[in-house]
Amino acid sequence: MEKIKIENVSKIFGRHINQALKLVEQNKSKTEILKQTGATIGVYNANFTVNEGEIFVIMGLSGSGKSTLVRLLNRLIEPTSGNIYIDGENISKMNKKQLINVRREKMSMVFQNFGLFPHRTVLANTEFGLEIRGISKEERRLKAEKALNNAGLLPYKDQLPGQLSGGMQQRVGLARALANDPDILLMDEAFSALDPLIRKDMQDELLDLQQKVRKTIIFITHDLNEALRIGDRIALMKDGEIIQIGTGEEILTNPANDYVRTFLEDVDRSKVLTVENAMIRPISLNIDIDGPKVALQRMREEEVSVLLAVNKLREFKGYITADDALEASKKGENSVINYVRTDMPIVPPEMYIQDVLGIISDSKTPLAVVQEEKLVGVLIRGVVIEALSSSDENEGVTENVSIS
Amino acid sequence: MSQFLDFIPKIPVADSVEDAMDLLTDTFAGFFDVIKKSGKFSMEFVTDFLVMIPPVLFILIIAAIAFFATKRKFGLAIFSIVGLLFIYNQGLWEELMNTITLVLFSSVIAVIIGIPLGILMSKSKVAETIIQPLLDFMQTMPGFVYLIPAVAFFGIGVVPGVFASIIFALPPVVRFTNLGIRQVPKELVEAADSYGSTGWQKLYKVELPIARPTIMAGVNQTVLLSLSMVVIASMIGAPGLGRNVLSALQQAKVGNGFVAGISLVILAIIVDRLTQSFNKKRQ
Ligand SMILES: Nc1ncnc2c1ncn2[C@@H]1O[C@H](COP(=O)(O)OP(=O)(O)OP(=O)(O)O)[C@@H](O)[C@H]1O
Ligand SMILES: [Mg+2]
Repeated sequence: MEKIKIENVSKIFGRHINQALKLVEQNKSKTEILKQTGATIGVYNANFTVNEGEIFVIMGLSGSGKSTLVRLLNRLIEPTSGNIYIDGENISKMNKKQLINVRREKMSMVFQNFGLFPHRTVLANTEFGLEIRGISKEERRLKAEKALNNAGLLPYKDQLPGQLSGGMQQRVGLARALANDPDILLMDEAFSALDPLIRKDMQDELLDLQQKVRKTIIFITHDLNEALRIGDRIALMKDGEIIQIGTGEEILTNPANDYVRTFLEDVDRSKVLTVENAMIRPISLNIDIDGPKVALQRMREEEVSVLLAVNKLREFKGYITADDALEASKKGENSVINYVRTDMPIVPPEMYIQDVLGIISDSKTPLAVVQEEKLVGVLIRGVVIEALSSSDENEGVTENVSIS
Repeated sequence: MSQFLDFIPKIPVADSVEDAMDLLTDTFAGFFDVIKKSGKFSMEFVTDFLVMIPPVLFILIIAAIAFFATKRKFGLAIFSIVGLLFIYNQGLWEELMNTITLVLFSSVIAVIIGIPLGILMSKSKVAETIIQPLLDFMQTMPGFVYLIPAVAFFGIGVVPGVFASIIFALPPVVRFTNLGIRQVPKELVEAADSYGSTGWQKLYKVELPIARPTIMAGVNQTVLLSLSMVVIASMIGAPGLGRNVLSALQQAKVGNGFVAGISLVILAIIVDRLTQSFNKKRQ
């Protein structure tokens, strides 16, 4: 379901707007336009839709217009032209009163520097949206306390924001937004002011929360790792224009132009790549059917010394070494079931490579990639290192590489 | 060359202003009269009330306020007791009460006018461009210039004194209110707006509370400026310590002038520290 729709929205700051618009059409750069007209391009001709329950990330360098774009959604900044629809209603055509109602009921905003009122206690801050709406004292206290409780902050309710750490302050910021129970959350670099570890926690919390409450979230960041981590879809902005929209995967594998490509380059690949990107096709043996002779034959054929053991349903059971297979064959066994070793670590395909590095360096064997019991791939040390250092996206990695 | 300059006849600015003033005073004579009478009545009422309080009780009350306002420190409280006792001892108690009334009325009215004016300025670019130069003008004028319209409107006495003091003391509170509201961090204003505040809600729940320390600094200056006007106001017949300073000046009585002057300084210090501590206390 379509929740937000943006149609040809532009915002030009300053005067000589028409002149500036003409220059944009002539593909003049932002600085050139500023020099000639004194007008600044905030956002130019933005078009996109956001679906209900989606986390839509807007990403771009400083000054690319992210904050402007998100503020156009609740008209903290008035659009110069274009239409903004929320639930099919045209926000840009609303009068003051209608706009206030939309802000009160449909969307709440979370700010980069938390935007907490220093003179109000944590509880009073959390109550703010409800208070503005004229909700009774008891009810708003109840709702605010519940929101604080969910954030684990109830014990701090009587403190002033200045007494809390940054991470806690932003939890209050988020609780204040959620106490209002809006459909839409607008988050402008909400985690950018936090240090990396807290930031990661907050991202996780947001994702957990999203599992439970299913809001439509517009999330601004200039950090690609963050975007990839939490975004269902990502819009990339440059100089006020949206230059690519897609899932993280789409943008990574198929950058729209050189700008996107350069932007992607500074990503720490280990944080972006998942096991799935680096795993290779497993060479396996169906232990329900195949015996030691077939195992040895397969090893010769594939030039490997280890086979992964699966059953008829392709469920992962362990692995067979060449030595074991040879011994079974000598003893005249016609099954290798008793020779399956089980000390191979298992990882899920969606795990980040970064998190796998520790496991793989501790393990004597490669790692089995298992999804819902089924063997889907194998991860070996050489390939992981290659994937981390390769300059172009995981091509050549998914090829069949022998395990040893 | 200078003949050429003399060729232009003198432009009758002074006459025009006088005519305009006459017109004003004539047209609004009734209005000014009502203000003068009711102002005089209420101020005398307050002074009479203050004088009625036994000086010992008055001094103790002030000392207690000073003690609690300065977070239970003895400095200001002791200073108030000694200072006020000195003024009483010099036989200037009634003059002190008259001065307090004058300062109270002029600063309260200045604040009542000044804060809304400052708010208006902070909200409207047009209002700011109009009021800003007026404030600059008012602050460059020496205080006694305001005696002229004051006398024209209200004759002589305490009410024109208050009038002149209000005008003289007005600029800081207006300026600081404007400044305080404009200095509220943008993100907080956006937070207020994004939750759907009306203009009034934003003002009362966010802007004024956050601007409060700045506004109070302006109030403090306004009070001190109106205190500094008491000598000048006494030139047109306002009663109080200022009158003693003035007459000492006219009769070259250094001793009397010194005593009255010191009394004013004592009052100024107490008032200054008190208004400042009210400001700090709730931060
Ligand atoms: N009120 C304003 N008046 C004039 N120009 C503005 C205003 N607000 C933003 N701009 C300009 O619009 C452009 C986009 O700014 P915006 O704040 O949206 O960028 P951003 O992507 O959020 O950057 P950052 O990552 O630094 O927050 C910038 O060039 C900025 O200078
Ligand atoms: Mg920004």
